[in-house]
Amino acid sequence: MIGTLFSVFVLLLLLVTAVAIVQTANLFVASMLAGIFSLLLATTFFLLDAADVALTEAAVGAGISTVLFLSALALTSETERTPARWSGLALAVVATAAAVLIYATFDKPAFGDPEAPVHTHVAPWYISQTAAEVDIPNIVTAVLASFRAYDTLGEVFVVLTAGIGVLFLLSARRGIAYRDDIARRDGEGLRHYVIPRVVGRLLIPFILIFGLYVQFHGEYGPGGAFQAGAIIAAGFILLALLEGEERALQAVPLQALLYLSAGGALLYGGVGVASVLLGGNFLEYRVFLPGPAASQQLGIIAIELGVGLTVTGVLLSIFHAFAARGRGL
Amino acid sequence: MSIVVDILSWLLLTVGGGFVLIGGIGVLRMPSFYTRVHASSMTDTMGAILVLTGIMLQAGFTLATLKLIAILIFLLFTGPTAANALASSALLSGLKPDSDGQTAKTDRPA
Repeated sequence: MIGTLFSVFVLLLLLVTAVAIVQTANLFVASMLAGIFSLLLATTFFLLDAADVALTEAAVGAGISTVLFLSALALTSETERTPARWSGLALAVVATAAAVLIYATFDKPAFGDPEAPVHTHVAPWYISQTAAEVDIPNIVTAVLASFRAYDTLGEVFVVLTAGIGVLFLLSARRGIAYRDDIARRDGEGLRHYVIPRVVGRLLIPFILIFGLYVQFHGEYGPGGAFQAGAIIAAGFILLALLEGEERALQAVPLQALLYLSAGGALLYGGVGVASVLLGGNFLEYRVFLPGPAASQQLGIIAIELGVGLTVTGVLLSIFHAFAARGRGL
Repeated sequence: MSIVVDILSWLLLTVGGGFVLIGGIGVLRMPSFYTRVHASSMTDTMGAILVLTGIMLQAGFTLATLKLIAILIFLLFTGPTAANALASSALLSGLKPDSDGQTAKTDRPA
């Protein structure tokens, strides 16, 4: 009862935040509200017992996205440009799409219905077989990295493609040459704000260790490579904000980020190719080691490492691309 | 024994919740930017200490308590730092601390 009440309360807050994001003309306020929206959404996911998704939403939505929005805001003005006139056609398209979506919800099963198709198709098999086949406590990780490893492979390539797209859009004009820019700037970051800088530097090693914990503990608890990649990227972004781009790029150069992004996806695909060469199907881990559970776990650790490398590399590349662009303009 | 721990825990949770509530009211009602930062930073420190200690008493001597201690230490480092960064950047960007409530009208985002 209390749980339902709390869920409804959080959902109402989500609604209020969404309306506020649309209403405000100040883009800085909108970015902050988007961060709050993500945090509320993470709370909702957590209330629905989806701890893995909640962690992803909190790390990516509330953390990294807000920083990326703010770096994008540095390139543009702080207030929204008001539309010249209301377009009747646009309003009609949006209203029709909304009506179709609302109509589509009538066919959805009731909230929490145990007979819903999603609970009767493959989910029971995953739940009953994870212990026997993979032997890890977190079923989400088993589904994500083993049973549905094809989907996750696709996701990794989506992340990589998005990163490549952003890098093309933001750095095509200036190329690699913007690194000289960075070397020339020295009074950057939060160097004269002593307190945030000292505390932030104190936190960075712990953020990185926590990221590694989330990465390698993902089989036993909520977490996994997507969340870990975001947390580790957040640690390096904090370094860039505190000490300036130059120091962050000294720690992890742009070239290394490109290798990380591509290498992670390559590692994931390589695991698949290796399983084919050893006589199995693509991403069929059982050919790696004699024991079925042990080989599944080896495969999961390998591909999770690939996912983590790609996510970290892409997020940091995007951040640096925005930051470098902001200096040039 | 367990009833004593329970009472103590609920006392801490309630008082902590009260601090969070006061902080929230303060953010809405305080007259100027700096007083509002003060109100919100109280939520980060007193509220967090009391609520998390209350939860620790509920968790007992488990791994969860260790994690809660780690979260508390993290919050005690980051909360005041964030409040300080917010206030000092406002000061550097030219917002004068002012007790007559004049800034309340100007610093609200449109």
